[in-house]
Amino acid sequence: MRRTVAALLRKDVLLELRTKETVPAMALFAVTTFVVFHFGLNRGSVSGDLAAGVFWVTLLFAAMLGINRLFVAEREQGGFDAFLLAPADRTALLVAKTAALFAFLSVLELVAVPAFALLLLQPSVWPALPALVGVLALANAGVAVVGTLASALAIQTRARDLIAPLLALPLLIPVVLAAAKASTPLLLAAGPGTIAARWPLILGLYDLVFALTAYAVFDFLLED
Amino acid sequence: MRGRVGLLGHEPLLYRDLTGRENLDYQARLFGVDGARVEELLERTGMARRADEPLRTLSRGMVQRLAVCRTVLHDPALLLLDEPLANLDPAAVEAVEPLIGRGAGRTRVVTSHDPGAGLREADLVLGLRGGRAVIAAGAQEVTEADVRALYR
Repeated sequence: MRRTVAALLRKDVLLELRTKETVPAMALFAVTTFVVFHFGLNRGSVSGDLAAGVFWVTLLFAAMLGINRLFVAEREQGGFDAFLLAPADRTALLVAKTAALFAFLSVLELVAVPAFALLLLQPSVWPALPALVGVLALANAGVAVVGTLASALAIQTRARDLIAPLLALPLLIPVVLAAAKASTPLLLAAGPGTIAARWPLILGLYDLVFALTAYAVFDFLLED
Repeated sequence: MRGRVGLLGHEPLLYRDLTGRENLDYQARLFGVDGARVEELLERTGMARRADEPLRTLSRGMVQRLAVCRTVLHDPALLLLDEPLANLDPAAVEAVEPLIGRGAGRTRVVTSHDPGAGLREADLVLGLRGGRAVIAAGAQEVTEADVRALYR
């Protein structure tokens, strides 16, 4: 299965490098949203729970752009059929797409975190960065798994651009909630505080539960 | 079973934004086929020179040649071919003949709307009308007129 996952992931990265359709759109959306918040809140800077809320809601909606496009090439250019013709484990497609979305989210955050620090965040982001990277990784894993599942379901429908967010957004509320709660002490104006252990644990548990759920149901989402 | 079947349908099942070589390399990895096979097929179909151009910039005939490469990449025992020579010029037809033609040494199920060419290549003929088998006989026993009658 590792060979198949590597082939699929390599192909997805190549396609993204060639078309630049997903990650730049996500990054641009995030930066634009920070600017809109800057004016919408009528505040020069934010900190604490407001900063965490703005940051995670923006990332969630930016992630939706990537989720919507995750299987478009497979659907429109015969990628599903080509994959199903190969003697490959279907779970490899789930793993590869989840890894691709995780990578896209990570690249998005390479742009979004500095942009947020520059445009909105009151305290310096540097002291909080190591812990924030940990929270981002846990949240990315949850968004990637649920996003892949929702995208695979939605791509089979005519209204895929509508169905994917409708499926994914409610399912991702726990991720946003736990990630925002975990990030709040990191973004305090007085400097980073300590994260309550339960929020990273909740994120980890969420990742595990949905990874197992996706593993159990993904085979049924691919038609022969 | 999947690894023993090669399917060539109306869609090339190749990514438009990848090059021919990248598409075939990807397929080769899925099937566990050596990269040398990709180069061999590109040479045999005359596509080696244009293999590093994105598919969306190639003509339909060139894409069809690459689709033929994809179909036989894993050396399948059974070929399912739907109008396999569509969009191919005579030189390209000649180039793909040893891969998907009668001389390929593989079992072939070919769907064709060209009765004459189909009969010349076939061992067995199956003619369908309304989803039911109207002709099911050896190619020697079926005439082109019998097949044309299916369309009336």
